[in-house]
Amino acid sequence: MTPSVGAGPILEARALVKRFDGFTAVRGVTFGVERGEIFGYLGANGAGKSTTIRILCGLLAPTDGQAIVAGHDVARDAEGVRLSVGYMSQRFSLYPDLTAAENLDFFGGAYGIPRATRRERARALLRDVELAEGDPRPAGALPGGMRQRLALATALIHAPPIVFLDEPTAGVDPEARRNFWRIIRTLAASGTTVFVTTHYMDEAEYCARVGLMVDGELVALDTPSALKKTFVPGRTFALRGRRLPRAELEALPWVRAVTPFGAGLHVRCDADAPGTGAIVQAALDAGAGDPHAEEIAPTLEDVFLAVAGRGAPS
Amino acid sequence: MTAKSRTGGVRGALRRIGAIALKEVMHLFRDMGTLYFAVGMPLIMLVLFGYAISFDVDRIPVVVVDEDATAESRQVVARLFSGISFVRVTDRASADAIEPLFRSREASVGVVVPRGFSRSLARGELATIQVMVDAADNATTSTVLSSATRFVVVVNRDLAQKSLGATPDAVEARVRALYNPSSKSALFLVPGLVAVIQTMMSVLLTALTVAREWERGSMEQLFATPVRRIEIVLGKLLPYFGVAMIQMMLVLAAGTWLFGVPIRGSVGLLFALSSLFLVAGLGQGLVISVVTKNQMVATQIAAVSSMLPAVLLSGFIMPIENMPRALQIASNVLPVRHFMHAVRGIMLRDVAPVDLAKDALALVIFAVVVIAISTARFRRKIA
Repeated sequence: MTPSVGAGPILEARALVKRFDGFTAVRGVTFGVERGEIFGYLGANGAGKSTTIRILCGLLAPTDGQAIVAGHDVARDAEGVRLSVGYMSQRFSLYPDLTAAENLDFFGGAYGIPRATRRERARALLRDVELAEGDPRPAGALPGGMRQRLALATALIHAPPIVFLDEPTAGVDPEARRNFWRIIRTLAASGTTVFVTTHYMDEAEYCARVGLMVDGELVALDTPSALKKTFVPGRTFALRGRRLPRAELEALPWVRAVTPFGAGLHVRCDADAPGTGAIVQAALDAGAGDPHAEEIAPTLEDVFLAVAGRGAPS
Repeated sequence: MTAKSRTGGVRGALRRIGAIALKEVMHLFRDMGTLYFAVGMPLIMLVLFGYAISFDVDRIPVVVVDEDATAESRQVVARLFSGISFVRVTDRASADAIEPLFRSREASVGVVVPRGFSRSLARGELATIQVMVDAADNATTSTVLSSATRFVVVVNRDLAQKSLGATPDAVEARVRALYNPSSKSALFLVPGLVAVIQTMMSVLLTALTVAREWERGSMEQLFATPVRRIEIVLGKLLPYFGVAMIQMMLVLAAGTWLFGVPIRGSVGLLFALSSLFLVAGLGQGLVISVVTKNQMVATQIAAVSSMLPAVLLSGFIMPIENMPRALQIASNVLPVRHFMHAVRGIMLRDVAPVDLAKDALALVIFAVVVIAISTARFRRKIA
């Protein structure tokens, strides 16, 4: 179906720009996605994630730059792109009055798949996303998690080599999110490339590589562990307690940054920093109550805060 | 690999159009309200309009003031009530009593035979009868005016015959009302109503379909598929064409059965013209839906843009020839005007296909233009 099955990245974006009236949503983004990988696209709301996805799905023409998806240029061959990508939009966009099976059958038809083939394919997909084939409920009456899985199945009806998921788990409960990610990992393991945006940092840990988007720019792109090493170098400690002294800790020579995290603080230190005892002592000296420190592995949230913080005026 | 083989050529296109059409049918059956509306509404409209709109003015209530009270005066008055147009509701002694009866709406015509009427007749002088009309009701007035004239002619002839013996009138006009011999207004109105009702229904049916997809967000999902714009347009038109055709048959059957309106011409021709007309109307609704992208706005524009021209500018009630020149020219754009002409022609006059060529051409042009506009205005890109 796609002319370029084989070696090389399945997606290549070069200096992609999208300008709307008076504002630039995407400012010269360049990256590649390998076949079969789960590629995470992180960023705050309005950072340009959805706009990038829409360009890559052939829904929106780029203002400038180039993107080749599954061998098709998004600006010149939007139809070729549409035939070889699956798209699951941020908003539930199936027909609420049709059942899961009917929705799948319709979109199968919209991709021009012959009836018998699409029946078979729909049956297999419903099984893959763990939905009952004969469920008589209209899609609008399904619980959030099931709707999301149905939307995923719909995006896969034409067996695309790459699927774009725009915030697929927004607004579903943690249990349903875990479930959904289990399905996504199975999907990637079977060879389908998954391009996913999210603002849940824990989900980004599942991705082979993560791109960080801030104000329309791709400011970092690497594996989660490499990102942590680059942007959160040294040791990180979680500090809990009462009256935690942020300024005093930041003044210590071996402390690089102190960021609030939940009810406590995350203290980022040099690689040769003394350890938990020194931090607790420093906190006590500055008047903290019951301080307790623990060395932690940095999360992607630390990365995001470090990266996003750089861009902000200080 | 060519684009054609990739998307499956004609077979692929038909498959995609079929999928969209089938989906629309499922929407229709899931939402029985729409279906009841689509089938019930035209019939309700036909019955309401059919019985409410009538130019057949009869049984006009009359108050009689016979001041003369002679055999001659009584005879003349009785002559007035020999037809079905007038009913004598009451008698009063004085002409002053007429106006209060107009105000209380007990009577809308007053006939006063003045004192000395028979004496004047006997002397061969001009005898007068005074007729008062409640002119607030325009239809009654025109009927009364023409009846009064006819009445006087008849009375004069009676009197002349009585005094001179049988004298045939020198000239007599024999009017034969072709196609509608008893001048029943239902015969004129029902075919027109078919056109008016189907204009509204066809435009309304499709006005929502595209706007709904925009509002629900499903349009974006649809745009992510290789479905082409024209395929969406055709896929959406097809099922509603079926619904509109069923409506058409129901309204025609009801018109024939309830109002005794004949279909004198070819039924096949009627359906051919109806098909063109329905595609034009459905296309108009589609354009509205594509442009507004909002269900509420679309419904309102659809209702106004279909009903007003259908009732006012189509020749449904007001003859097109009586309209200002500019409006006459403008009304040529309206499919309902051409369909009105065609449907009356086929049902009442059994016209030949040749006579409908102009109407058919106008409908085809309109249909092609609206479908082209809705396809062109369909923006694939979602900003």
